[in-house]
Amino acid sequence: MADEATVKEKKTKKGRVPMPEQDPKERARNFLEVPLGYTPEMAREEASRCLQCKTPGCVEGCPVGIDIPGFIRLITDGEFTASIRHVWKQNSLPAVCGRVCPQEIQCEGKCVLAKKGQPVAIGNLERFVADWERAHGTGALPPKAPPTGKRVAVVGSGPAGLTVAGDLIQKGHEVTIFEAFHKPGGVLLYGIPEFRLPKEIVAQEVNFLERLGVQVACNVVVGRTVTLDELFAEGYQAVFLGLGAGLPKFMNIPGENLVGILSANEYLTRANLMKAYLFPQVDTPIPRGKDVVVLGGGNVAMDAARTALRLGAERVRLVYRRSREEMPARAAEAHHAEEEGIEFFLLTNPVRYLGNEKGRLVGMECIRMELGEPDASGRRRPIPVRGSEFTLECDLCIVAVGTGANPLLTSSTPDLKVNKWGYIEADPCTGKTMKKGVWAGGDIVTGAATVILAMGAGRLAANSIHDYLMRGW
Amino acid sequence: MFKIVKREEMSQGTVILNEIEAPLIARKAKPGQFVILKANETGERIPLTMAYTDPERGVIAVIYQVVGKSTALFKTLKVGDGYQDVIGPLGKPTHIEKLGKVVCVGGGTGVAVLHPITRAMKEAGNHVIAIIGARTRDLLILEDFMRRASHELHICTDDGSYGRKGFVTHALKDILDREKIDQVVAIGPVPMMKFVSQLTREYGVPTLVSLNPIMVDGTGMCGGCRVTVGGETRFACVDGPEFDGHKVDFDELMLRLQAYCEEEKACFQEFCMMEESWHRK
Repeated sequence: MADEATVKEKKTKKGRVPMPEQDPKERARNFLEVPLGYTPEMAREEASRCLQCKTPGCVEGCPVGIDIPGFIRLITDGEFTASIRHVWKQNSLPAVCGRVCPQEIQCEGKCVLAKKGQPVAIGNLERFVADWERAHGTGALPPKAPPTGKRVAVVGSGPAGLTVAGDLIQKGHEVTIFEAFHKPGGVLLYGIPEFRLPKEIVAQEVNFLERLGVQVACNVVVGRTVTLDELFAEGYQAVFLGLGAGLPKFMNIPGENLVGILSANEYLTRANLMKAYLFPQVDTPIPRGKDVVVLGGGNVAMDAARTALRLGAERVRLVYRRSREEMPARAAEAHHAEEEGIEFFLLTNPVRYLGNEKGRLVGMECIRMELGEPDASGRRRPIPVRGSEFTLECDLCIVAVGTGANPLLTSSTPDLKVNKWGYIEADPCTGKTMKKGVWAGGDIVTGAATVILAMGAGRLAANSIHDYLMRGW
Repeated sequence: MFKIVKREEMSQGTVILNEIEAPLIARKAKPGQFVILKANETGERIPLTMAYTDPERGVIAVIYQVVGKSTALFKTLKVGDGYQDVIGPLGKPTHIEKLGKVVCVGGGTGVAVLHPITRAMKEAGNHVIAIIGARTRDLLILEDFMRRASHELHICTDDGSYGRKGFVTHALKDILDREKIDQVVAIGPVPMMKFVSQLTREYGVPTLVSLNPIMVDGTGMCGGCRVTVGGETRFACVDGPEFDGHKVDFDELMLRLQAYCEEEKACFQEFCMMEESWHRK
């Protein structure tokens, strides 16, 4: 007993194995991935810190319920292939989740080691086994159930759609993914930058599904190219809608249509999907600001700010109306951004944009804010400080203040019920919508959230769709 | 790949017609809607309003003017080649109904977009007067198509080389002075649409214009195509592309269309030089 206690004591005290990263000065000017990954030795060392709790908090904290102690024990034993296979049982996108999940509020936040010191680096370990499999794996596919002859249409190829497709193809159904863009991946492709999630990984995840038999039809805008009812008429028995929250919000202040003000959606889509950072080797241009302001305090704002830096900006300022504490971005993202030289202008809000005679942005008038009583979101409401207006010079502004529901499909499908914000109403336990045979999940139901929550919703919907196809509505 | 099944050069090779195999889009498209085309892996997504569609043959037609790198690249595509990506139909279709007397005004390649609307207006039982214009005779397109699609066709050229000398607005003004018009549809270069809208406002005639601002996705996701209409910001890709010409802020639209002019110029020059050296070889 005493021995076990000593071992525990040692593991608690031992700090986590840091993942090597590109130097901040260097990486701020390239699009290569920032963290470089663990070596097998580092991974085994970090894995050995896990206490293998009998009732693990980490699993509880994981939206898709990965057996975390299980896959970590296999890493400790050096059984990397067995480890990734273990992860796959609950998560079909581990290389993605290991990189972009907010582990600090999920699995790692619930890790017992977090109470006394640093939690096990679960995200880093998940990433390690996924990368190890990509580099050294046999490419063997997981087993598939015998064909059921049922056909499912998945609309949208983001994290929710990919999860549904992966789950249902393995259960023996025929699955087709419809994607409006010319390439599959959804937000993983157009939204998250290369330096956080290399597009090669997204392509491999999609390829994995294709090898399992999933059909991917790009350039199909469901609601325009085909309607939902036409999909049923074509023989699909169930449809999953993973449309994402693709409607950019703007500030609605004077001067917003000046040249040089872009939504984060547009800016990041140009950079990520269209690879405009390679212009003129590719044909899509992107504005290269010298003096850039990013509005917002979430992960998307951080992505936009760090992209601007990599596109050669001399100065990037992030303007956020609340304080650091209320910032919705992951701590790690905000930290990376600051390390690279992004300046934070907190408790600041723009009032109007300033332009020149050519209609181009030259600056913005801002006002200082102070925090009042908590609002509906539970965060303290920012209140303008009278007379505190000042001017910020800038030649490019990226608006990253959130997204709303894109009405393109829902407005052409009247029997699909939406709430007052335009999000689709779906049963939180099954993803069932008010329209028979139609499920929905991810941002189009919850509003903008995380990759893993969308995947969790996809998992629930896939189970419910499977039940429906085998037993009925 | 979306195969090109027919290709024609017009206006001394500066305007190109492509018929493209896209059966899903051809089945759905209505007058006034657009598609986004991307030539190849590194290509840019370019929105173009369809000139016509043939659902039975499963083809759509676009007519574009060569103005930069992307359209110059499109021009190199021959029959049998194809576009890597074609997405659509996008935007709202033109609202077609019997209104009485309708004047359809087109300038430049805008005539290509105007043609299916003109035809639909005629088929809906309207008396349709068409006015088409170009800088000079050789640049005029689709005259025969427009003649068939309308009851009465007026032609204007800036230099007087064909039809009436002057702008389309001159011909339009004469018609407005002559008779009561219920609706004007104007599609062409932004300044043309602006001046047509200014004129019809004086006469109180409702005027529809079709806008083609810079955009990326065409589904309401990027907001690059925002235009001010009646003091409010609208997305041309999903709220349009057609709007009430009396409410559109054309000056802002013109400035926004210049957003990438320097990048476009540099990119186009490089492409032209490469093309030239290729031909020399």
